[in-house]
Amino acid sequence: MSFINYSSREINCKIVYYGPGLCGKTTNLQYVYARTSPEAKGKMISLATETERTLFFDFLPLSLGEIRGFKTRFHLYTVPGQVFYDASRKLILKGVDGVVFVADSQIERMEANLESVENLRVNLAEQGYDLNRIPYVVQYNKRDLPNVATVDELQRLLNPRRVPEFQAIAPTGVGVFDTLKQVAKLVLTELKRGS
Amino acid sequence: MNPGLVLYEEEFRKISGICDRLTRDAGAKVVFLVDKNGQLIAATGQSQNLDTTSLASLTAGNVAAMGGLAKLIGENEFPSQFHEGEHESLHMSIVAGKVVLVVIFDARSSLGLVRLRVKKASEELARVFEQLARRQATPGARNPLAEITDDDIDDLFST
Repeated sequence: MSFINYSSREINCKIVYYGPGLCGKTTNLQYVYARTSPEAKGKMISLATETERTLFFDFLPLSLGEIRGFKTRFHLYTVPGQVFYDASRKLILKGVDGVVFVADSQIERMEANLESVENLRVNLAEQGYDLNRIPYVVQYNKRDLPNVATVDELQRLLNPRRVPEFQAIAPTGVGVFDTLKQVAKLVLTELKRGS
Repeated sequence: MNPGLVLYEEEFRKISGICDRLTRDAGAKVVFLVDKNGQLIAATGQSQNLDTTSLASLTAGNVAAMGGLAKLIGENEFPSQFHEGEHESLHMSIVAGKVVLVVIFDARSSLGLVRLRVKKASEELARVFEQLARRQATPGARNPLAEITDDDIDDLFST
Protein backbone atom coordinates (compact mmCIF):
# COMPACT_ATOMS: atom_id res chain seq x y z
CA MET A 1 0.00 0.00 0.00
CA SER A 2 1.60 3.19 -1.12
CA PHE A 3 2.15 6.05 1.30
CA ILE A 4 2.12 9.59 -0.05
CA ASN A 5 3.42 12.21 2.34
CA TYR A 6 2.75 15.80 1.34
CA SER A 7 4.74 17.13 4.23
CA SER A 8 8.03 15.49 3.22
CA ARG A 9 6.91 15.32 -0.44
CA GLU A 10 7.52 11.61 -0.73
CA ILE A 11 5.87 8.72 -2.51
CA ASN A 12 6.63 5.42 -0.78
CA CYS A 13 5.89 2.07 -2.39
CA LYS A 14 6.43 -1.57 -1.48
CA ILE A 15 7.77 -4.17 -3.92
CA VAL A 16 7.98 -7.85 -2.99
CA TYR A 17 10.30 -10.39 -4.63
CA TYR A 18 8.57 -13.78 -4.58
CA GLY A 19 9.68 -17.22 -5.76
CA PRO A 20 10.72 -20.71 -4.69
CA GLY A 21 13.56 -21.40 -2.27
CA LEU A 22 17.06 -20.63 -3.59
CA CYS A 23 15.78 -18.96 -6.78
CA GLY A 24 17.84 -15.81 -6.16
CA LYS A 25 15.49 -13.29 -4.52
CA THR A 26 18.03 -12.25 -1.90
CA THR A 27 20.77 -12.19 -4.56
CA ASN A 28 18.70 -9.70 -6.58
CA LEU A 29 18.52 -7.37 -3.59
CA GLN A 30 22.20 -7.86 -2.76
CA TYR A 31 23.16 -6.86 -6.28
CA VAL A 32 20.92 -3.79 -6.20
CA TYR A 33 22.40 -2.85 -2.83
CA ALA A 34 25.98 -3.30 -4.06
CA ARG A 35 25.45 -1.22 -7.19
CA THR A 36 23.46 1.68 -5.77
CA SER A 37 25.11 4.87 -4.58
CA PRO A 38 25.11 5.35 -0.78
CA GLU A 39 22.83 8.40 -0.91
CA ALA A 40 20.14 6.46 -2.78
CA LYS A 41 19.92 3.49 -0.44
CA GLY A 42 19.36 2.67 3.20
CA LYS A 43 20.67 -0.24 5.18
CA MET A 44 19.87 -3.69 3.85
CA ILE A 45 18.36 -5.94 6.49
CA SER A 46 18.37 -9.72 6.16
CA LEU A 47 16.49 -11.76 8.73
CA ALA A 48 18.13 -15.08 7.90
CA THR A 49 18.92 -18.42 9.52
CA GLU A 50 22.45 -19.37 10.53
CA THR A 51 22.82 -21.03 7.14
CA GLU A 52 21.87 -17.77 5.40
CA ARG A 53 18.46 -18.91 4.26
CA THR A 54 15.85 -16.16 4.49
CA LEU A 55 13.88 -16.66 7.70
CA PHE A 56 11.44 -13.77 7.58
CA PHE A 57 12.44 -11.20 4.98
CA ASP A 58 15.19 -9.10 3.41
CA PHE A 59 14.55 -5.38 3.25
CA LEU A 60 16.19 -2.69 1.15
CA PRO A 61 14.98 0.92 1.02
CA LEU A 62 15.83 2.67 -2.23
CA SER A 63 15.34 6.16 -3.67
CA LEU A 64 14.76 6.31 -7.39
CA GLY A 65 14.70 10.06 -7.93
CA GLU A 66 12.07 12.76 -8.10
CA ILE A 67 8.84 13.13 -10.02
CA ARG A 68 7.34 16.61 -10.03
CA GLY A 69 8.97 17.45 -6.72
CA PHE A 70 8.02 14.18 -5.05
CA LYS A 71 10.84 11.87 -3.97
CA THR A 72 10.08 8.29 -4.98
CA ARG A 73 11.09 5.73 -2.40
CA PHE A 74 10.75 2.03 -2.91
CA HIS A 75 10.92 -0.53 -0.14
CA LEU A 76 12.10 -3.83 -1.59
CA TYR A 77 11.27 -6.99 0.33
CA THR A 78 11.93 -10.67 -0.31
CA VAL A 79 9.90 -13.50 1.14
CA PRO A 80 11.35 -16.73 2.53
CA GLY A 81 11.02 -19.19 -0.35
CA GLN A 82 10.98 -22.45 1.56
CA VAL A 83 7.54 -24.05 1.48
CA PHE A 84 7.05 -24.25 5.26
CA TYR A 85 7.43 -20.48 5.76
CA ASP A 86 4.04 -19.79 4.21
CA ALA A 87 2.66 -17.89 7.22
CA SER A 88 5.56 -15.42 6.97
CA ARG A 89 5.11 -15.01 3.20
CA LYS A 90 1.50 -13.98 3.73
CA LEU A 91 2.52 -11.28 6.20
CA ILE A 92 5.10 -9.78 3.87
CA LEU A 93 2.57 -9.44 1.06
CA LYS A 94 0.47 -7.09 3.21
CA GLY A 95 0.35 -3.67 1.63
CA VAL A 96 2.31 -4.71 -1.47
CA ASP A 97 2.25 -2.39 -4.50
CA GLY A 98 4.13 -4.56 -6.99
CA VAL A 99 5.48 -8.11 -7.24
CA VAL A 100 8.53 -9.62 -8.94
CA PHE A 101 8.33 -13.36 -9.41
CA VAL A 102 11.85 -14.78 -9.56
CA ALA A 103 11.81 -18.15 -11.30
CA ASP A 104 14.65 -20.64 -11.13
CA SER A 105 15.29 -21.55 -14.79
CA GLN A 106 16.67 -25.01 -14.03
CA ILE A 107 14.44 -27.80 -15.36
CA GLU A 108 14.48 -29.64 -12.04
CA ARG A 109 13.02 -26.57 -10.30
CA MET A 110 10.03 -26.21 -12.62
CA GLU A 111 7.62 -27.86 -10.22
CA ALA A 112 8.83 -25.63 -7.39
CA ASN A 113 8.31 -22.58 -9.65
CA LEU A 114 4.77 -23.62 -10.49
CA GLU A 115 3.95 -24.30 -6.87
CA SER A 116 5.33 -20.92 -5.87
CA VAL A 117 3.33 -18.98 -8.50
CA GLU A 118 0.17 -20.71 -7.33
CA ASN A 119 1.10 -19.96 -3.73
CA LEU A 120 1.58 -16.30 -4.70
CA ARG A 121 -1.82 -16.19 -6.34
CA VAL A 122 -3.53 -17.70 -3.28
CA ASN A 123 -1.67 -15.56 -0.74
CA LEU A 124 -2.33 -12.36 -2.70
CA ALA A 125 -6.02 -13.23 -2.90
CA GLU A 126 -6.08 -13.67 0.89
CA GLN A 127 -4.87 -10.08 1.18
CA GLY A 128 -7.48 -8.90 -1.28
CA TYR A 129 -5.19 -8.61 -4.32
CA ASP A 130 -5.58 -10.19 -7.75
CA LEU A 131 -2.39 -11.42 -9.41
CA ASN A 132 -3.94 -10.57 -12.77
CA ARG A 133 -4.31 -6.92 -11.80
CA ILE A 134 -1.41 -6.05 -9.53
CA PRO A 135 1.80 -4.61 -11.09
CA TYR A 136 3.71 -7.81 -11.78
CA VAL A 137 6.86 -8.85 -13.63
CA VAL A 138 8.56 -12.21 -14.04
CA GLN A 139 12.30 -12.85 -13.98
CA TYR A 140 13.84 -16.05 -15.32
CA ASN A 141 16.96 -16.30 -13.20
CA LYS A 142 20.06 -18.52 -13.37
CA ARG A 143 20.25 -18.37 -17.17
CA ASP A 144 23.97 -19.20 -16.96
CA LEU A 145 23.42 -22.69 -15.54
CA PRO A 146 23.69 -25.70 -17.86
CA ASN A 147 20.38 -27.43 -17.24
CA VAL A 148 17.92 -24.62 -17.92
CA ALA A 149 14.51 -24.74 -19.58
CA THR A 150 14.00 -22.64 -22.70
CA VAL A 151 12.46 -19.22 -22.28
CA ASP A 152 9.50 -20.36 -24.41
CA GLU A 153 8.83 -23.18 -22.01
CA LEU A 154 9.21 -20.96 -18.94
CA GLN A 155 6.89 -18.43 -20.50
CA ARG A 156 4.27 -21.06 -21.34
CA LEU A 157 4.27 -22.46 -17.81
CA LEU A 158 4.91 -19.42 -15.64
CA ASN A 159 3.84 -16.39 -17.62
CA PRO A 160 0.83 -17.27 -19.78
CA ARG A 161 -0.50 -13.74 -19.36
CA ARG A 162 2.72 -12.34 -20.87
CA VAL A 163 3.50 -9.74 -18.24
CA PRO A 164 6.93 -8.10 -18.69
CA GLU A 165 9.63 -10.74 -18.32
CA PHE A 166 13.41 -10.68 -18.04
CA GLN A 167 16.22 -13.19 -18.27
CA ALA A 168 18.68 -12.82 -15.44
CA ILE A 169 21.90 -13.96 -13.82
CA ALA A 170 21.47 -12.28 -10.47
CA PRO A 171 25.01 -12.68 -9.02
CA THR A 172 26.49 -10.77 -11.96
CA GLY A 173 23.56 -8.40 -12.26
CA VAL A 174 22.27 -9.45 -15.67
CA GLY A 175 18.61 -8.43 -15.81
CA VAL A 176 18.47 -7.30 -12.18
CA PHE A 177 18.00 -3.55 -12.70
CA ASP A 178 15.83 -4.09 -15.80
CA THR A 179 13.45 -6.13 -13.65
CA LEU A 180 13.42 -3.55 -10.86
CA LYS A 181 12.91 -0.61 -13.18
CA GLN A 182 10.03 -2.30 -14.94
CA VAL A 183 8.14 -3.18 -11.78
CA ALA A 184 8.75 0.30 -10.31
CA LYS A 185 7.42 1.84 -13.50
CA LEU A 186 4.31 -0.35 -13.41
CA VAL A 187 3.72 0.59 -9.77
CA LEU A 188 3.94 4.34 -10.47
CA THR A 189 1.72 3.99 -13.52
CA GLU A 190 -0.84 2.11 -11.45
CA LEU A 191 -0.69 4.74 -8.68
CA LYS A 192 -1.28 7.47 -11.23
CA ARG A 193 -4.20 5.56 -12.70
CA GLY A 194 -5.58 4.76 -9.25
CA SER A 195 -5.47 8.38 -8.21
CA MET B 1 -5.71 -1.51 -6.07
CA ASN B 2 -5.79 -0.20 -2.53
CA PRO B 3 -5.48 3.61 -2.65
CA GLY B 4 -2.92 3.67 0.16
CA LEU B 5 -2.29 6.25 2.82
CA VAL B 6 -2.06 9.93 1.94
CA LEU B 7 -0.76 12.25 4.62
CA TYR B 8 -1.43 15.99 4.31
CA GLU B 9 0.45 18.83 5.96
CA GLU B 10 -2.29 19.61 8.49
CA GLU B 11 -2.59 16.07 9.81
CA PHE B 12 1.18 15.63 9.73
CA ARG B 13 1.58 18.68 12.00
CA LYS B 14 -1.04 17.31 14.41
CA ILE B 15 0.58 13.87 14.48
CA SER B 16 4.05 15.32 15.05
CA GLY B 17 2.67 17.53 17.83
CA ILE B 18 1.09 14.56 19.60
CA CYS B 19 4.29 12.49 19.27
CA ASP B 20 6.39 15.43 20.51
CA ARG B 21 4.21 15.84 23.58
CA LEU B 22 4.26 12.09 24.23
CA THR B 23 8.08 12.12 24.09
CA ARG B 24 8.16 14.81 26.79
CA ASP B 25 5.30 13.52 28.97
CA ALA B 26 6.52 9.92 28.97
CA GLY B 27 10.18 10.88 29.48
CA ALA B 28 10.93 8.90 26.32
CA LYS B 29 14.07 8.99 24.21
CA VAL B 30 12.32 8.48 20.91
CA VAL B 31 8.73 8.16 19.75
CA PHE B 32 7.87 7.07 16.26
CA LEU B 33 4.78 6.21 14.34
CA VAL B 34 4.79 3.59 11.59
CA ASP B 35 2.04 2.33 9.35
CA LYS B 36 1.41 -1.41 9.50
CA ASN B 37 3.16 -1.85 6.16
CA GLY B 38 6.42 -0.46 7.48
CA GLN B 39 6.33 3.13 6.27
CA LEU B 40 7.59 5.70 8.75
CA ILE B 41 5.01 8.43 9.40
CA ALA B 42 6.68 10.49 12.11
CA ALA B 43 9.70 10.35 14.42
CA THR B 44 10.33 12.63 17.39
CA GLY B 45 12.90 12.82 20.18
CA GLN B 46 16.50 11.72 19.78
CA SER B 47 15.94 10.03 16.44
CA GLN B 48 18.82 11.67 14.54
CA ASN B 49 21.26 8.80 15.12
CA LEU B 50 18.70 6.08 14.59
CA ASP B 51 18.09 4.22 11.34
CA THR B 52 14.38 5.04 11.42
CA THR B 53 13.68 3.39 8.03
CA SER B 54 14.98 0.05 9.29
CA LEU B 55 13.20 0.54 12.61
CA ALA B 56 9.93 1.14 10.80
CA SER B 57 10.28 -1.93 8.62
CA LEU B 58 11.24 -4.21 11.50
CA THR B 59 8.46 -2.81 13.69
CA ALA B 60 5.91 -3.64 11.01
CA GLY B 61 7.40 -7.12 10.58
CA ASN B 62 7.27 -7.70 14.32
CA VAL B 63 3.67 -6.48 14.66
CA ALA B 64 2.63 -8.57 11.65
CA ALA B 65 4.28 -11.68 13.12
CA MET B 66 2.70 -11.10 16.54
CA GLY B 67 -0.67 -10.52 14.84
CA GLY B 68 -0.25 -13.87 13.07
CA LEU B 69 0.55 -15.54 16.40
CA ALA B 70 -2.46 -13.88 18.03
CA LYS B 71 -4.78 -15.28 15.40
CA LEU B 72 -3.34 -18.78 15.88
CA ILE B 73 -4.39 -18.72 19.54
CA GLY B 74 -7.78 -17.19 18.84
CA GLU B 75 -7.03 -13.52 19.54
CA ASN B 76 -7.63 -10.82 16.96
CA GLU B 77 -4.30 -9.13 17.70
CA PHE B 78 -2.05 -8.12 20.58
CA PRO B 79 -2.78 -4.41 20.91
CA SER B 80 0.49 -3.69 22.71
CA GLN B 81 3.88 -5.26 23.27
CA PHE B 82 6.76 -4.47 25.60
CA HIS B 83 10.37 -5.47 25.15
CA GLU B 84 12.75 -4.83 28.03
CA GLY B 85 16.44 -4.43 27.33
CA GLU B 86 19.37 -3.93 29.66
CA HIS B 87 19.44 -0.19 28.98
CA GLU B 88 16.68 0.64 26.54
CA SER B 89 13.14 -0.65 26.40
CA LEU B 90 10.58 -0.56 23.68
CA HIS B 91 6.82 -0.24 23.86
CA MET B 92 4.67 -0.80 20.76
CA SER B 93 0.96 -0.30 20.49
CA ILE B 94 -1.51 -0.44 17.64
CA VAL B 95 -3.49 2.76 17.07
CA ALA B 96 -6.77 2.88 15.18
CA GLY B 97 -6.07 -0.62 13.86
CA LYS B 98 -3.67 0.66 11.22
CA VAL B 99 -0.60 2.35 12.66
CA VAL B 100 1.92 1.42 15.32
CA LEU B 101 3.09 3.82 18.01
CA VAL B 102 6.58 2.98 19.24
CA VAL B 103 8.15 4.46 22.37
CA ILE B 104 11.82 3.89 23.20
CA PHE B 105 12.75 4.74 26.79
CA ASP B 106 15.41 4.07 29.40
CA ALA B 107 15.63 3.92 33.19
CA ARG B 108 14.70 7.60 33.49
CA SER B 109 11.14 6.61 32.69
CA SER B 110 9.02 3.58 33.56
CA LEU B 111 6.66 1.19 31.84
CA GLY B 112 3.75 2.44 33.95
CA LEU B 113 4.29 6.06 32.92
CA VAL B 114 4.79 5.12 29.26
CA ARG B 115 1.59 3.06 29.22
CA LEU B 116 -0.38 5.88 30.80
CA ARG B 117 0.84 8.52 28.35
CA VAL B 118 0.55 6.19 25.34
CA LYS B 119 -3.13 5.62 26.14
CA LYS B 120 -3.90 9.33 25.97
CA ALA B 121 -1.76 9.92 22.86
CA SER B 122 -3.36 6.94 21.12
CA GLU B 123 -6.82 8.42 21.56
CA GLU B 124 -5.66 11.72 20.09
CA LEU B 125 -3.90 10.00 17.20
CA ALA B 126 -6.97 7.87 16.47
CA ARG B 127 -8.99 11.08 16.03
CA VAL B 128 -6.44 12.46 13.57
CA PHE B 129 -6.54 9.25 11.53
CA GLU B 130 -10.33 9.36 11.48
CA GLN B 131 -10.10 12.90 10.13
CA LEU B 132 -7.56 11.75 7.56
CA ALA B 133 -9.77 8.84 6.45
CA ARG B 134 -12.71 11.23 6.01
CA ARG B 135 -10.58 13.58 3.96
CA GLN B 136 -9.34 10.76 1.73
CA ALA B 137 -12.88 9.48 1.23
CA THR B 138 -14.22 12.88 0.19
CA PRO B 139 -15.18 12.89 -3.48
CA GLY B 140 -12.94 15.27 -5.34
CA ALA B 141 -10.17 14.93 -2.76
CA ARG B 142 -6.93 16.19 -4.21
CA ASN B 143 -5.41 13.52 -6.45
CA PRO B 144 -1.77 13.42 -5.44
CA LEU B 145 -0.49 11.81 -8.60
CA ALA B 146 -3.02 12.98 -11.14
CA GLU B 147 -0.65 15.56 -12.63
CA ILE B 148 2.12 13.06 -13.23
CA THR B 149 2.42 12.07 -16.87
CA ASP B 150 3.68 8.86 -18.44
CA ASP B 151 6.66 10.89 -19.67
CA ASP B 152 7.51 11.89 -16.08
CA ILE B 153 7.60 8.21 -15.15
CA ASP B 154 9.70 7.36 -18.22
CA ASP B 155 12.13 10.18 -17.39
CA LEU B 156 12.72 8.72 -13.94
CA PHE B 157 14.10 5.56 -15.54
CA SER B 158 15.82 7.05 -18.56
CA THR B 159 19.25 7.30 -16.96
